[in-house]
Amino acid sequence: MRFIKGRNVIHDFTDTDENEQERVVRAIAGIDLDVKEGDFVAILGHNGSGKSTLARHLNALLKPTSGTLWVDGMNTAEEENKWKIRKGTGMVFQNPDNQIIANVVEEEVAFGPENIGVPTEEIWKRVEHALEAVGMTAYRYHSPNRLSGGQKQRIAIAGIVAMRPKCIVLDEPTAMLDPTGRQEVLQTIRSLNQQEHVTVILITHHMDEVLYADQVFVMDDGKIVMQGTPEAVFSNVEQLKSYGLDVPQVTELAYELEQCGFPIKKGILRIEELEEELTALYQSGFRLHK
Amino acid sequence: MKNITIGQYYPTDSVIHRLDPRVKLFGTMVFLVSLFLTNHYLGYAVITICLAAVLKLSKVPFKMLLKGLRGILILLLFSVVFNIFLVPGRELVHIWFLSITAEGIRRAIFLGIRLVYLVIGTSLMTLTTTPTDLADGLEKALRPLNKLHIPVHDITMMMSIALRFIPILMEETDKIMMAQKARGADFETGGLLKRAKALIPLFVPLFVSAIRRAIDLANAMETRCYQGGEGRTKMHPLCYKKRDKRTYFIYAGYLIAIFGINRILVAFQILPFLFA
Amino acid sequence: MAIELQHVSYTYSQDTVYEMHALEDVNLKIGDNECIGIIGHTGSGKSTLIQHLNGLVKATDGAILYNGKNIYDSDFALPSLRRKVGLVFQYPEYQLFEADVFSDVCFGPKNLGLSEDEIRARAKKALEQVGIPESLYDKSPFLLSGGQKRRVAIAGVLAMEPEILILDEPTAGLDPRGRDAILTLIRDLYEKRKITVVFVSHSMEDVARYVERLIVLNHGHVIYDDAPKAVFAHYKELEQIGLRAPQITYAIDRLQASGLRTSQVVTTVAEAKNAVLEWFAQ
Repeated sequence: MRFIKGRNVIHDFTDTDENEQERVVRAIAGIDLDVKEGDFVAILGHNGSGKSTLARHLNALLKPTSGTLWVDGMNTAEEENKWKIRKGTGMVFQNPDNQIIANVVEEEVAFGPENIGVPTEEIWKRVEHALEAVGMTAYRYHSPNRLSGGQKQRIAIAGIVAMRPKCIVLDEPTAMLDPTGRQEVLQTIRSLNQQEHVTVILITHHMDEVLYADQVFVMDDGKIVMQGTPEAVFSNVEQLKSYGLDVPQVTELAYELEQCGFPIKKGILRIEELEEELTALYQSGFRLHK
Repeated sequence: MKNITIGQYYPTDSVIHRLDPRVKLFGTMVFLVSLFLTNHYLGYAVITICLAAVLKLSKVPFKMLLKGLRGILILLLFSVVFNIFLVPGRELVHIWFLSITAEGIRRAIFLGIRLVYLVIGTSLMTLTTTPTDLADGLEKALRPLNKLHIPVHDITMMMSIALRFIPILMEETDKIMMAQKARGADFETGGLLKRAKALIPLFVPLFVSAIRRAIDLANAMETRCYQGGEGRTKMHPLCYKKRDKRTYFIYAGYLIAIFGINRILVAFQILPFLFA
Repeated sequence: MAIELQHVSYTYSQDTVYEMHALEDVNLKIGDNECIGIIGHTGSGKSTLIQHLNGLVKATDGAILYNGKNIYDSDFALPSLRRKVGLVFQYPEYQLFEADVFSDVCFGPKNLGLSEDEIRARAKKALEQVGIPESLYDKSPFLLSGGQKRRVAIAGVLAMEPEILILDEPTAGLDPRGRDAILTLIRDLYEKRKITVVFVSHSMEDVARYVERLIVLNHGHVIYDDAPKAVFAHYKELEQIGLRAPQITYAIDRLQASGLRTSQVVTTVAEAKNAVLEWFAQ
């Protein structure tokens, strides 16, 4: 089942520069996008590559200037689909502070269901379930102000989960978090994908966050320039670097060794893989003579 | 700023906490009216007993309320001193050109009691009601105003969002101030004009950040299908329970008692007698 | 130039229920032309520590000596310390306020009471240093990209010509390109301008690559203060306090079981490559 389908999506911003001159900035320059229901998809790109603009199209915060985008079979450009799309596709933003509305955690989680008119009893069930899904039940009656960044993001995710969406789009949810917070949020996202079968679209520039994705899209200059499994995408270290992106240290080491003449497989992502490859190679008697 | 208890919430479970916010809002009004109607010690004695009872029931520590009073200390001192010295009447003591009159002392005491009780009363309401409940209560209590095209839901929503962002913006003010100090900014010395100018490096970033936050928040609310008050349901819908209805009867009794005491005392001309 | 912290402690909300020890008995000495990284998990006291170095926060206990003089003495001129010790806060772009880039960078030197010419000269030099081209000087800072904004904000502190530049998580929120630009800038200031730079980081990979000395904080205590290699040799202890070594350190460590030998702890990809090449040359 295809959940998101985009055909030649283009988005232009009109901007006024210093001299009061209007100019058109093309943030998305013709994108074809297909996302299967239930997939974990990562969209990678440096700042300004258009990935956030694309994300905002996925729940109809923005509409394509031209081209068409269907979410769950609905055309995002049609006004009457707007609220249905938002109900089915939730969104989590970068700054944890700026997306929390209520003064108590449980009320924050209830905000979305309240907006779409879920009956009170059902709201209670959903809030309980959503808090459990993100592991924040213990903080139910707390004020969001005293929570850590990672906890705030988990609350924001719970607020979406309580709306029972089919898909959740996360726009750089870890950019402002410390490593612990990042881990918390990533684990939460993965378990949502695996246990609740929610389609996940994670937008990021952190390479290590995409290792578990089913599908990776790399964006540059408003276009999708690479796509495939993490292994396939990370096989092209040079190309990734040319788009201003990083690779994990083990991937880089494997790439460097390959350049030196090591017959080593491409797209190594994890420490264990590197260990296996090099150990096998050493035992097979391969030697390099300087 | 940290001494102001109005607007803070004290989380615990008490009879008062569990009351419907509308009941508490109405109760506060009743209390304020009684406070300003009363003009003699006996009335204040009744009010004091009632207030003490509510305080006891609310489980809010008295220390919290005292802390809130610190904020109005100067105002309190001023008004008491002014009244002691400036109210004409039967002179008791004369110091230089100032005279203390019996009426002055009486008025000063009453004014002091009113001010202190006013702060305690309103603080008690906010300390026992979450900001969201308070906003909900206001929204429902003020619903008749919708007919006058006053957007009650929007106003109360803004109120509760403001409450959430006040601590965030206060912290941010602190941070920007430190950062500008690190660039040699001076917020403490100089005349009024210089100080006002010194605030520009503080206020511009604060303002820009507040706008950015507002845009982010608006986006977040929209993606979560917020479309104003219509068609919304509530996790905690307000509906009166037995205890709320009973409380309204208590209010009625309280008002009758205060009015009654007032009437009787005036009728029997007891006031001057009590004072003499 | 030297800053010395002697038994510095800092307690938040002292004598209340919220009392919290942010720093406890910290002893440090920072000298000329050093490149120092500070790591520790959130709440370990990193930000509080660096805010002490230019006197913005006053220690509840202990002394800070600047060139041998106690900065808490009544006759010590704190403003002169703030000029020598430049502090760049987290997300410094949120402190930009002037109508154009150039004026914003002039704010610091202007507060020093310098002559108009000197102010302009310093601002220009600082902007050049951070790599902001002249064509952007009269642009509104709010129209720049995230990475540019941050560099302008850093220039605003650099223009005061500090002897020490301290940065609180200078790469937070930046993409790899923006991050590399800032880290290269920091390294340049240390190598070419010969000043002392101190920065707080959450990335072990970054500190392993860029600093000469690494300070590790945990619950307000300095637990390591050594060369990065020496610190990362204790990666098991680091893990117990919620930190870790760079990924490559673990990879090489595992290969030791298969026969790879290294004379010292490997913390960068370049070192790892050499170690592997040597192993396969035997």
